[in-house]
Amino acid sequence: MNNNGQAIHLKKEILIRLIKAFYTEDFEENTRLIPYDMRPTGAEVPYRCCIYKERAILKDRTIAGLGFQIEEDDERISLTTYAKKALERTEIDNKNLTVLQAACKGCVPSQIHVTELCQGCIARPCQQACKFGAITVKDGKSHIDGSKCKKCKMCLNACPYNAIVKITVPCEDACPVGAIEKDEQSLARIDFDKCINCGRCISACPFGAVHEKSQIIDILKALKSDKKVIALIAPSIAGQFPGNIYQLKTAIMKSGFDDVYEVAQGADITAQNEAKEFAERMESGESFMTTSCCAGYNQLIKKHLPEIKPYVSDTKTPLYYIAEHVKQLYPDAVTVFVSPCVAKRAEGFENENVNFVMSFEELGALFVAKKIEILNLEETPFEKESSKQGRNFGITGGVAQAVKKSSKDEQAVNSMILSGLNKDSIRKLKTYAKNGTCENGCNLIEVMCCDGGCISGNATLNNVKTASKLINQLTEKSDDIKRIK
Amino acid sequence: MSKVKVNVCMGTTCFVMGGSNLQELMEIVPKKYGDKVEVTGSPCLGLCSINWEYSKAPYVKVNDETVVEATVEKVLEAIDKEVEKLN
Repeated sequence: MNNNGQAIHLKKEILIRLIKAFYTEDFEENTRLIPYDMRPTGAEVPYRCCIYKERAILKDRTIAGLGFQIEEDDERISLTTYAKKALERTEIDNKNLTVLQAACKGCVPSQIHVTELCQGCIARPCQQACKFGAITVKDGKSHIDGSKCKKCKMCLNACPYNAIVKITVPCEDACPVGAIEKDEQSLARIDFDKCINCGRCISACPFGAVHEKSQIIDILKALKSDKKVIALIAPSIAGQFPGNIYQLKTAIMKSGFDDVYEVAQGADITAQNEAKEFAERMESGESFMTTSCCAGYNQLIKKHLPEIKPYVSDTKTPLYYIAEHVKQLYPDAVTVFVSPCVAKRAEGFENENVNFVMSFEELGALFVAKKIEILNLEETPFEKESSKQGRNFGITGGVAQAVKKSSKDEQAVNSMILSGLNKDSIRKLKTYAKNGTCENGCNLIEVMCCDGGCISGNATLNNVKTASKLINQLTEKSDDIKRIK
Repeated sequence: MSKVKVNVCMGTTCFVMGGSNLQELMEIVPKKYGDKVEVTGSPCLGLCSINWEYSKAPYVKVNDETVVEATVEKVLEAIDKEVEKLN
């Protein structure tokens, strides 16, 4: 979950205000007023130097909420114009992240820095440790020449006074694929050719400067239209709201959707197909297979790890199967996937059966804006009950367990769990692909981009512990996957 | 013996705005204070519809005190104050 407290609170508040504005007579004007309503004249200035800067940043956040790239913002364009453009827009694009310019600037570029604690000692271990000749001593203090420094940290480890520190940039540090870097103006830039949409930068930035580009206005427009709009809810949603998923279905329908399907229903198909595929692959002598349902992992394979592709299951994702099913039933319906993370936005964009993607945060904002009290609602049943294992897909280990339980020979499955894509786990996957085998006799690798699984996706509302507990309450009462036809 | 009463709002607004984390209080409070403090979760307390709306959610009531933008730490602090009054 996104832990940057107040920043995430602001993001949600803006979404709520945008949705409320959408349902007023004058959406454009009320959108323009959002920064002023949140920081009215005379209001306290909690975070920035002055009220004007606060409002400028709130404007940036609103632009992201309206679904535009903040980097392309021309400051002269007012929110009124953006709101109008959002209403007129008929297409969405696949750049799913955007960085707040005004909020980002404060952060110092990543570097090795000599602090005031430097004693200018005679031994000069830092200078000796540096292999690149980047350190000189001037006026009794060590200085690092940034053009020569390779950030190897040898000097940092050598200093007996702990006087040298590494200044990190949280978003850069969090990115597992080196897709985010500060540019010459000290602004973080996302390289979309490299970005796998894992959302780690969103959770990592203490200023909340990285935003998902929202499709909420497009979704609200669909809800207002005569078209049938169907929500496809990710399995991890069961741990995100008060009440149970049957009450949640009622709440979603009350907020304007015509029907709701559990993606867990698709997860059951994924698990069953993947179990068959696994058995076939093992029979033909392959040594291991990895799962294929995490959207961030799939982007990683495509952009950075093509060598692992032969080992990745060809089975489609739960979202693929459920979206296909729903579009067969209602070809003209608009489908909205309700997602724990930004990575699924990329998958949704590439899948013609998925029209829009909405995050848990955005659904929550919709409930707040429409004053929907989930705990007071009746339960509505789903088309089909999903299995215990399908509903557990969003918790680390859940996919491997579902594949195992769907296998004819459960004992043949020896799984390994990679929970959280980072530089280490990516290196491991590279090694397995190179050697053609996994470690410790494992033959099934479950890969999930987020530590702990989808329940810790960047757009989740609940912490991992309580979310797991709530999901367990549901799966305890659900059928085993073997009994699902 | 009178007890400190803690009421955690489990309404949609509070839950969405960060109240989900406050469920941890159900475990932490009994462990820390024993039977001096009674903690319950309840459906919407109605605080979001009075004057602060959602911007100050989540809300927790500690006796008659309302903790706004509640976090586990803030609530524990408020409980400490009330427990002190008992003594």
